Amino acid sequence: MRRPRPPVQPSAADRLSRLLAMVPWVLEHQGAPLEEVADRFGITTDQLVKDLELLFVCGTPGHLPDDLIEADWEGGRLHIGNAEAIARPLRLGIDEALALITGLRTLIDVPGFAGEQDREALTGALAKLTEAAGEAAHASRALSVDLTRDSAPDEGSEVLATAREALRHPAGRRRLRLHYLVPSRDETTERDVDPMRLLTVDGRWYLEGWCHRAGGVRMFRVDRIVTAEVLDADGTPPEQAVARDVDDGLFTPGEDDLVVTLELDAQARWLLEHVPVESVEELDEAGGQGRARVRLRTADDRWLRRLLLPLGGAAVVVDPPEVAEGLARAARTALEAHLAVTRAEQAPG
Amino acid sequence: MAGGAAGAGDRRTERLLNLVIALLSTRTWLSKEQIRRAVPQYEDCATTEAFDRMFERDKEELRELGVPLVTGSASAWFDDEQGYRVDRDAYALPEVSFTAAELAVLSLAARVWAQASLAGPAARALTKLRALGVEVDEQSLIGVEPRVRTAEPAFEPLYAAARDRQRVTFTYRTAGTGDPARRSVQPWQVTSWHGHWYLVGHDLDRGAPRVFRLSRVEGAVRRSGPAGAYEVPDDVDGRAMIARVAAGARDGEPRTARLRLAGGAAGQLRLRARVPAASAGEAVEAEVTFTDVEELAATVAAAAPHAVALAPDDLREAVVRRLRGVLEAHA
Repeated sequence: MRRPRPPVQPSAADRLSRLLAMVPWVLEHQGAPLEEVADRFGITTDQLVKDLELLFVCGTPGHLPDDLIEADWEGGRLHIGNAEAIARPLRLGIDEALALITGLRTLIDVPGFAGEQDREALTGALAKLTEAAGEAAHASRALSVDLTRDSAPDEGSEVLATAREALRHPAGRRRLRLHYLVPSRDETTERDVDPMRLLTVDGRWYLEGWCHRAGGVRMFRVDRIVTAEVLDADGTPPEQAVARDVDDGLFTPGEDDLVVTLELDAQARWLLEHVPVESVEELDEAGGQGRARVRLRTADDRWLRRLLLPLGGAAVVVDPPEVAEGLARAARTALEAHLAVTRAEQAPG
Repeated sequence: MAGGAAGAGDRRTERLLNLVIALLSTRTWLSKEQIRRAVPQYEDCATTEAFDRMFERDKEELRELGVPLVTGSASAWFDDEQGYRVDRDAYALPEVSFTAAELAVLSLAARVWAQASLAGPAARALTKLRALGVEVDEQSLIGVEPRVRTAEPAFEPLYAAARDRQRVTFTYRTAGTGDPARRSVQPWQVTSWHGHWYLVGHDLDRGAPRVFRLSRVEGAVRRSGPAGAYEVPDDVDGRAMIARVAAGARDGEPRTARLRLAGGAAGQLRLRARVPAASAGEAVEAEVTFTDVEELAATVAAAAPHAVALAPDDLREAVVRRLRGVLEAHA
């Protein structure tokens, strides 16, 4: 499984901050095993020893032997002395407080993310953190993150909570049965999935897991999971299940994809910010923000149809012609159905 | 860790640690000259200018970590040189104890920033809190990666300005015309919404609240004037403002639409209307709530020809307008 990446090159600030947290803890827990200390502060024992070697050359001004901090880890048990000046843990900095306060608020706002127990932990942590942060918390409104895109507004959705339950089941990870909607094909399918992780990309929640129907790793948009059920079956993903690197977004065009050329009006240019395109050619003389011709790749022209139908002609398919015809056909059929409703309403009595 | 680089990093950490200890253990104000002598690593500075620069950076770094560095002078009567020390009463984290479950959700909260510019502060905060004693409930952390990215270069300066309540000036390309223009803003809030960062603030030229998308900020953001220069109104709802601007529409009262959905199709609208999964194969009439008629019309048009807007009339007209537009454009 993937774990969150550790920072590549810990800065001097991170290290100092760790030392100022570690020394007070060790003073309260003299003789703690090195492994335990390293584990608690998220480092290896080698790194811990480097930290300790640094500690005992520091101390109060004068820096004579009596001024220096004592650190001793013979027999694998850690003792620290002569460190009264930094015996109390350092308070939170303003960015530190804001990062965590904003993170907690973000999670509290996600409908269906937290069960009863989690909700209590989230609100409890927020209250204590806000108090502990003191004046640093005053600026907390300066920052906010919304991870509720497309979430059900009435918290009716239990999908996130169900997926979390499967991931952290006391009996070990459980398999999930999903009814999942694929809008580009407009079909709902049943799949058994071994959950790997719940993650957000561009403000939206996804479940990544080993899909037994597809025989591979798949990413499921949580708002398109119609139902989710925890099965009484081991849900450990197979060895070959490797999480996908999503840092460059989720869209990866394939070589076999259909190449489509579109012409966009000014009011459809926002598409350029939402859909990866291969090329953009400005069609207006001034070269500004007017009409543009773009090329993009798609594996499925139904996806493209769903993208273009709402735009009411602000985006025109120039090529290939069969894609343009399919689009026009769908529009014509739907238009006739709507006009029939209007006629029926206007018909007398 | 490689020898040379690690050595320099060690020396920097040693210098900062000695500086904290010196400023914590002093009973009086320490002048810059005294500090230079008290911290052995400052011997590395060949000139006073080099020391001044290094000390400025170090002070800034300590403040970022939360060290309450205060300045003052020993005598109120003489124009003494400014002295420094750490406010010992403000230094320590207040007594607070988190449960294992609370520490677990704090870890999740820190993960929000794992790929973003506040990753360092979030991780440091967690380290400080973990030193308070209890064990973390690791079980509930498994497989949850809520996260946000901060790819926009304007994030850091605008976040810092909103945090410090300090005016900014920047060049902004509006969505409509695309023409770049200088804007002066009192930042209120920096918000990630639908995967994009926005600034909400008081636009000083227009004399009104405005929303700016960070990806449309061009070049450098200039901070100017004092910090804490203005108050943020209590009733600011940044997300609602952004949502309104993004939708290009004003919020209306929620209304109910009636739709006809073909069997085995229009899944997105079925999901929104909470049509039971069991009847997925059947044609149904379903109701959905909406506030923005254009938004719902777009969704219905996207499902063409499998969804028909039966009511209200203005919804059906909005769908018809879109479908006609597509048809005429491809004639």
